[in-house]
Amino acid sequence: MNELVRFERVTCRYGREPVLVNIDLSVTEGDFLGIVGPSGSGKTTMLRAIAGAVRPIAGRIVRDRGATVGYVPQVETVNWYFPVTVREAVLMSRIDGRVVPWASDRDVRDADEVLERLGMGDLGERHIRELSGGQQQRVFVARAMLRRPQLLLMDEPTSGVDVRTRHDVMHLIHELHHDGLAVVITTHDLNGIAAHLPKLVCLNKEVIAVGRPQDVITPDVLERTYGAPLEVLSHGGMPVVVEHYPEVVEADERRVVPLREGHHGHPA
Amino acid sequence: MDTLLEPFGYAFFRNAIAVATLAGALCGLVGVYVVLRGMSYIGHGLSHAIFGGAVASYALEVNLYLGAGIWGLVSAVLILLIARRRSIGADAAIGVITSASFAIGIVIISVIGSFTRNFDAVLFGNVLGVSTGDVATVGVVAGFIAVAVFLRYRQLLFTTFDPEVADVSGVSTARMDILLAVMLTALITVCMNVLGVTMIAAMLVIPPVVGRLLTDSFHRMLWISVGVGTFSGFVGVYLSYYLDWASGPAVVLTAALLFVFAYIVSSVKRRRLPEAALDAHI
Repeated sequence: MNELVRFERVTCRYGREPVLVNIDLSVTEGDFLGIVGPSGSGKTTMLRAIAGAVRPIAGRIVRDRGATVGYVPQVETVNWYFPVTVREAVLMSRIDGRVVPWASDRDVRDADEVLERLGMGDLGERHIRELSGGQQQRVFVARAMLRRPQLLLMDEPTSGVDVRTRHDVMHLIHELHHDGLAVVITTHDLNGIAAHLPKLVCLNKEVIAVGRPQDVITPDVLERTYGAPLEVLSHGGMPVVVEHYPEVVEADERRVVPLREGHHGHPA
Repeated sequence: MDTLLEPFGYAFFRNAIAVATLAGALCGLVGVYVVLRGMSYIGHGLSHAIFGGAVASYALEVNLYLGAGIWGLVSAVLILLIARRRSIGADAAIGVITSASFAIGIVIISVIGSFTRNFDAVLFGNVLGVSTGDVATVGVVAGFIAVAVFLRYRQLLFTTFDPEVADVSGVSTARMDILLAVMLTALITVCMNVLGVTMIAAMLVIPPVVGRLLTDSFHRMLWISVGVGTFSGFVGVYLSYYLDWASGPAVVLTAALLFVFAYIVSSVKRRRLPEAALDAHI
């Protein structure tokens, strides 16, 4: 398989703060990679570094020069009141090779084809705010797809969406992967998303572990990644992370006074 | 008919209406990017900063357009650079840079003591006093801005909507920021004597807001904004002749009336739409 991006001992920082330290990583054609880690662990920076928008201060990033990258941002960062229709948003990524402002017939045809493929063929003239959560995510997938990428990068594609939309979005990403696209996504969702991916990178400024979910979703790796003990169960061969909040439970138990002890007030 | 065409018999009026129409169109065009970036206050701030530059240019005996233009460009670039730091934000960056720049102008006035030149025209505009040379200058700047927006339409739109992804997708967002700063500075510098620094700020904001109220499409908003700016410049100056009003405020009030009209139209439109279509994502 052809290597699309390779990180060799890459260190990146914002200001004085290092956000990625000594990263070695490779993304090849056909990969489907999930990056997991706590907030501030460098997931988005790694995605942007893969895309070429963040330069390392040490190490080097080697890219396949012929490979195009499509980037899908977190929908929570999008200004939904910006005046763009679905088609205008998708056509934004057609910035190469055309000087005049208006889109060519071919551009419009290509955009409509991508929208059709994503099940949004009749929504081109809608404003982006007038869409459901899953459709909003698809607009930005369509924008990335219009670049005909070999590598699709998605930042928290299921963040802030309901269970059904999450299912739709993941179904779409799997379809795109099956069509031959290499995919890298970041996620906070260990059980709903990460456990179902072929390969995971556990990140906390440095790479803690890389491998199949059943190999890296372990109490030891998760404690080193998240800095907190997490219990892992197995369900049908899949790892399931259980989150305990013992101090909250204990505090609750202290507050609830059993009635049989003779108190007559309502428990808090 | 003769009465309606009467003012066009005067050269000063022809110059005035030409320059106000061009200035209105320019403000409408550049203002779209300013408003959509959430930097509506930049017009107000930058026009004050450029006023400081105009005073300094006069004191240092430098060409007014050149001195004020360079001064304004440096201020605009500093604002855009500082605004990129999220901990500060665009509004605070505008406040710091432009008031400091304005203050430098005032300090120069106080150090030099007295001026033989009256800066009222720069502050409040004097559209009836513009020369054919002023019209030509505004025309050249209008041409430059129109060509720049035409050639960089897609990059400017992408940078305004989603700078982070634009960057990843091969758009030089830093260059687009500088282009916007250059356009804004050129616009304010040449329109200072026409509309006045206080009225430019209003004309950078009102036409785009009217456009935004009437459409959800970017390119339609751009056309509406340019149309509102052009109409306000033309009608404002024309009415000021008959009403004997100051021209700058007449232009701004015309635009404000269009805003009221657009607000009513959009309110009626919203009431007619089913709720689901208004906020489907919630």
